[in-house]
Amino acid sequence: MSENKGLNLTLKVWRQKDRHSKGQFKEYKVENISTEASFLEMVDILNEQLINTNDPDGPVAFDHDCREGICGMCSLFINGRAHGPDDAITTCQLHMRKFKDGETITIEPWRSGGFPVIKDLMVDRSAYDKIMQAGGFVSVSTGGVPDANAIPIPKADADEAMDAAACIGCGACAATCKNGSAMLFVSAKVSQLALLPQGKVEAAKRAKAMVAKMDELGFGNCTNTGACELECPKQVSISHIARLNREFLKANIKD
Amino acid sequence: MKGFFKSSIGKKLIMSISGLFLILFLLFHLCMNAVVLFSECAYNSVCAFLGSNWYAVAGTVILAAGFLVHIVYAFVLTIQNRKARGTDRYDSQNLPKEVEFASKNMLVLGIIIFCGLITHFGQFWAKMMFADLIGCEEAESLSTNGAYWINYYFHECGALSIVLTVVYLIWFAALWLHLNHGFWSAFHTAGLSNKTWIPRLKCIAKWFSTIVCLGFAVIVIYAACGGIKVPQGCCKDKQAVECQQSTQTPCQQESNK
Ligand code: HEM
Ligand code: FES
Repeated sequence: MSENKGLNLTLKVWRQKDRHSKGQFKEYKVENISTEASFLEMVDILNEQLINTNDPDGPVAFDHDCREGICGMCSLFINGRAHGPDDAITTCQLHMRKFKDGETITIEPWRSGGFPVIKDLMVDRSAYDKIMQAGGFVSVSTGGVPDANAIPIPKADADEAMDAAACIGCGACAATCKNGSAMLFVSAKVSQLALLPQGKVEAAKRAKAMVAKMDELGFGNCTNTGACELECPKQVSISHIARLNREFLKANIKD
Repeated sequence: MKGFFKSSIGKKLIMSISGLFLILFLLFHLCMNAVVLFSECAYNSVCAFLGSNWYAVAGTVILAAGFLVHIVYAFVLTIQNRKARGTDRYDSQNLPKEVEFASKNMLVLGIIIFCGLITHFGQFWAKMMFADLIGCEEAESLSTNGAYWINYYFHECGALSIVLTVVYLIWFAALWLHLNHGFWSAFHTAGLSNKTWIPRLKCIAKWFSTIVCLGFAVIVIYAACGGIKVPQGCCKDKQAVECQQSTQTPCQQESNK
């Protein structure tokens, strides 16, 4: 296959037995990693190695599912950045060609109050699910699929709603935020629905319920540093946070 | 609105509104101070107009309340945010360089601003409005002679004047950074921004903070260079007579003894 000599790397990986144990970094060496491998494939190779050598800590636990940048499961703080050194991609879309031979790569789990570490590189992100359950939906009667053009929607609104809907709930925003704030996530979900006629009906209730849940779960207050949008794999804009603030204010003035 | 001000966004809105209020005050303060660059007499008339009149005292009380709210919420929000961040920190975190320095250090900048404020209060407010309020006779003749005090602190006091000038310039630099982020952030928090307006607000924030801080800095440097001439009977009201009585600075009086 490739004539390139593979990469020899040192991996500094966070190992933690469970939610209550104290974790620590462990160093591992991996050799001859193809530059064409994805980052997660490289971790798979490390895990095979750990299984084959009967490593006392066992394979490294990490989240992943689709491996094509759509599910939001893969996380990881790689060399000090959410989803690694590249912009606008998830960890599963990161390739080893972004690293140099002989490099030491630091791999950490998300570290934020709202996302406790469960094991190694895996964190509990169910807080985001709870926020969604609080109001991130539209109540519609089931039935036949309505005609696509039955409700006209201005192109600009549709585009803006689509941009917000790109959020995959990976948690990079809260993981990067110095305030442990989930506002980029919540604002994307509120925006996506508030912009469309189907979502407007419950907009006020939704904004209040989702913000209340976010506060209750202990996420921080956004101070507009903008780090979240720079690390968001889907480049969700902080302009949605302004919309969330507007929606929340409107909802509160109404009652 | 039940529970609104207990919510994260509600608390942030308080921060934003109090911040915007302080910005308005700064603008007013700068306009007032800038008068001294053009006419010391006119400036003293402004000082006399404000003095310790009820509207100036009421304004000061409202202003103090504004500061109090802003500072209390600054600490409340910062402490909450530190808690939300959790105790585990990243071994290394390389934030993209686009993240503004100021946005990450608003509390520290705010504390620097606060220290400057205390110095400033001790120098001017205590000698002017406060001296007037407590009816300190010795100080009263100088209590509305703003030009005198500016000249005194930044020009007449030798090494202390140089130190004060530098301290003030550091103060303005911190204010510049605080406003550079705070200005657009306040609009964003209040929901008054979108994709088009974020870059515009950031641009206005740069201009605004630069004009305000440069304005204050110019006044201080102008005074430090001895540009301010303490009025000697150029105005025709009672204030001018008081000015005349006190053309000697305490430093000079000291050396006369
Ligand atoms: C003349 C003085 C001041 C002005 C004009 C001012 C203005 C502002 C403005 C406009 C904001 C943005 C609010 C927002 O993001 O919604 C802000 C934020 C902030 N200010 Fe001030 N401020 C001043 C003094 C202070 C002081 C004395 C402190 C603290 C001791 C302070 C601490 C903070 C903090 C921590 C924030 C960030 C809060 C957040 O984003 O949640 N400020 N300020
Ligand atoms: S594994 Fe689905 S987004 Fe990365």
